[in-house]
Amino acid sequence: MTENRSLPLDFQHVSKTFSIGKRTIEALKQLSLTVEENSITALVGPDGAGKTTLLRSAVGLYLPNTGEIRIFGYDTRQYSDQIHALIGYMPQRFGLYEDLSVAENLNLYADLHQVSMTDRQHRFDDLMLMTGLAAFTDRLAGKLSGGMKQKLGLACTLLSEPRLLLLDEPSVGVDPVSRRELWRIIQHQVKQKGTTVLLSTAYMDEAERCDKVVLIDDGEILAQDTPEHFKARLSGHCFRLQHARMPYRQLQSRVNASEDIIDSIIQGESVRVVCKQTKLPDFPADIAEHLNVSPAEANLEDAFISLLRQRHPVTHQPPLQINQIENSKNHSNDVIRVEQVDRWFGEFQAVKKLNFSVKRGEIFGLLGANGAGKTTTFRMLCGLLPVSNGQLSVAGVNLRTAAAKARAKIGYMSQKFSLYANLSVQQNMDFFSSAYGLKNQHRKQRIQWAIEQFDLKKDLTSNSGDLPLGYKQRLAMACALMHEPEILFLDEPTSGVDPLARREFWARTNQLAANGVTVLVTTHFMEEAEYCDRLVIMVQGEVMMAGSPAEIKQQAITAECPEPTMEQAFIHLVEKKQS
Amino acid sequence: MIFALIIKEFLAILKDPKSRFVLIGPPIIQLFVFGYGATFDLNHVPIAVYDEANSVESRQLIARFEASPAFSRKITLMHQQQIAKVLDNKDVLAVIHIHPQFDRDLALGKTVNIQIIIDGRDSNTALIALSYMQTILAKYNLAMAQQYHTPRPAARLQIRAWFNPDLNSQWFIVTGIIGLLTLVVTILVTALSVAREREQGTFDQLLVTPMTPFQILLGKAIPGLIIGLIEASFIIFMAVFWFNIPFIGHLSALYLGVFLFVFSVIGVGLMISSICVTQQQGLLGAFLFIVPAVILSGFATPIANMPPLVQDFTLINPLRYFLVIVRGVFLEGLPAEVLFNQYWPLALISLVTLSLAAWLFRHRIY
Repeated sequence: MTENRSLPLDFQHVSKTFSIGKRTIEALKQLSLTVEENSITALVGPDGAGKTTLLRSAVGLYLPNTGEIRIFGYDTRQYSDQIHALIGYMPQRFGLYEDLSVAENLNLYADLHQVSMTDRQHRFDDLMLMTGLAAFTDRLAGKLSGGMKQKLGLACTLLSEPRLLLLDEPSVGVDPVSRRELWRIIQHQVKQKGTTVLLSTAYMDEAERCDKVVLIDDGEILAQDTPEHFKARLSGHCFRLQHARMPYRQLQSRVNASEDIIDSIIQGESVRVVCKQTKLPDFPADIAEHLNVSPAEANLEDAFISLLRQRHPVTHQPPLQINQIENSKNHSNDVIRVEQVDRWFGEFQAVKKLNFSVKRGEIFGLLGANGAGKTTTFRMLCGLLPVSNGQLSVAGVNLRTAAAKARAKIGYMSQKFSLYANLSVQQNMDFFSSAYGLKNQHRKQRIQWAIEQFDLKKDLTSNSGDLPLGYKQRLAMACALMHEPEILFLDEPTSGVDPLARREFWARTNQLAANGVTVLVTTHFMEEAEYCDRLVIMVQGEVMMAGSPAEIKQQAITAECPEPTMEQAFIHLVEKKQS
Repeated sequence: MIFALIIKEFLAILKDPKSRFVLIGPPIIQLFVFGYGATFDLNHVPIAVYDEANSVESRQLIARFEASPAFSRKITLMHQQQIAKVLDNKDVLAVIHIHPQFDRDLALGKTVNIQIIIDGRDSNTALIALSYMQTILAKYNLAMAQQYHTPRPAARLQIRAWFNPDLNSQWFIVTGIIGLLTLVVTILVTALSVAREREQGTFDQLLVTPMTPFQILLGKAIPGLIIGLIEASFIIFMAVFWFNIPFIGHLSALYLGVFLFVFSVIGVGLMISSICVTQQQGLLGAFLFIVPAVILSGFATPIANMPPLVQDFTLINPLRYFLVIVRGVFLEGLPAEVLFNQYWPLALISLVTLSLAAWLFRHRIY
């Protein structure tokens, strides 16, 4: 065996199938992939593309049906012990023991990986310093924030100093600041220790930092290249559009109708489009006349969307049929008003003197790092948590005095799939429509509406828990919109969802807003903050910044960063506040 | 809205194979295990005989023991020393020792002594076996008196067991199971219902609907009530038609009791449910309640035998009252008026537990 010269990872024509119930799923189809020593490779692709299966196969947790997997020359079928000594694997949910402290977790994993007592102390010190967890060694792992847990998980994985590090979506649900720290650790390992890293990610900015990016879809590799080459494919295809007369949301839906537009997103107050050719298509006169066009730089996401679109053409959904919400009796335009709201948990003040208001038909973003009080605020607005002090009115109703009445006017969708998993799609819709007090003919109409709008007809009898993630989300949204709410609350709706499904989701949300539904959304994806009309950024329970995305970015302009992205602006502002 | 909640609750329970099994499996298994396995009656208890007399008379006496279905002679001993061994090894429960002077004393008209050495480690069984043996000896004495024309005993016990003439313990146990299984199933269904939703994240989704906490609570309580009633009816049916337990009272008196009992149990179940975050905690909470509730109910051991303090404590146990009602209606045919003193404590317990559950529910939602 020529093990010294062997590649860290070598997949040769690997196939893997699973059977779930009666269905057989081909998770990997004749997939071949190699990873070079001392490099970072990113796996990207839609949900269910096979990213996790690929990583688990590399660890030896799944054995291939056909083909061969070699890790540093060792076949995963025969040499699992040797392989385990060489690799570190961090699954999506790392198995931290929540009732053990940070130090106890580290010790446990050191024992499991048989790290000698002499090596242990300086490795602990190194890792604690690197992860910034040194001050928290006595804290229970269960009491750490999401970002800290993830860093601790990574630290535990790095204890055995693996030569190949496999990370499955290490930064899902982690705020931008913690995400950047995680990356520092990973890059440090590669530079200082010569580690090889293979990771899957839903964040394009992370993929951009890798040496190689592999796009998989449906168990096959669509393309693999350096990020620069990927971007180069689409240079000259991207433009930023602004219209003198037309609001940007309307502009987006108009330009999207063109066959030659691959993708369009809202960025600030303009619409960013990716075209099939290196020029814009001919728009109808009313658009073309007042259009202000400037070229935009291609990014990695553009490249992936254009590749994926060739396999998954846009199914032009019927435009969402929504009854326009009239400006009802209350003349005030503020649909949500938060005045001097406090929330205490025992001695800890999670939300401090919060003030903001949301106008009708607005998409309003609530941003913040983990533990900033964003979830607490969100839950108070939905009536899931009472306020300790202050006034909160939703849809013109005070939540303290008429909570049930206020709840009838809101729709709610949480990041975790929270419908009844063992009930069928139809049963879920039946239940939620009744729960919101819909009756007889009206109820039938609304359910029919949901089936048509969200294309749920063929899945009506399937258990909702068995649906693919994208469909689960459609169903959740259908249930949330069943009673035609005035306000829609979305709690990290796109967490862990792939770019295509995210596009579909935002297209719907925009239509809702255009029809007068107010949308309040929390998100970790900073580029999604761009889709909001206005947003607040919370830090340590307080509003640090409020305004439109452009206004917020304005405040983060520095000499070295004249045109910050939303993410850069966020990190800059949070760090400025904390220092 | 509540109707939709009830339908959803039933679908959630019935579509999940695990919770479906909880409803159907354990009741049937337990019913048969308890119905046939748990009995206080003694059958074929092994005994040893050490017959030093070895005469016609002594063998006649031994034959009386062997003829009884309660005992069977397993070992015949030859030496005094063997006695300790067979008892130590639990080969037999008791040893009957007949002295060599047995015939002589009998012929002389003296009272003869028959020694019984019994394993007292299981005091309950030993006592029952002893009382059987005494009955056999009493009959023997009477027969002897007739044969030898000696004076008969001055007084003789004439026993008639009311309500259960054969003192068949199955009658006692199976009626108890009606209470036991209704308790177990109802409490499991309700204690896990909210915890399951919390675990799966559906509880928030439920709370953001316009339904009030009280309506949600009702939507959880009614399925529990229906399931509890069906469960109880099934076991009552089996008790009457499978185990042939006589049912001499009125169904109405029984069902008033079932109804109140199930309500009080639902209250306890929902209290557990509103405190617990995971199903595991819910299950643990349910068993923390079930075990003392059964032991302190008079299901197996009479409440009257318990220390006074424990007896007072049983007053808050709903199963205690329900067992009196079931056994009273089944075996004694007691009418509802007589059982009034059992109904009102159950009603009071229901009221207290349900209100507490509602209070906890409102305050633990967050």
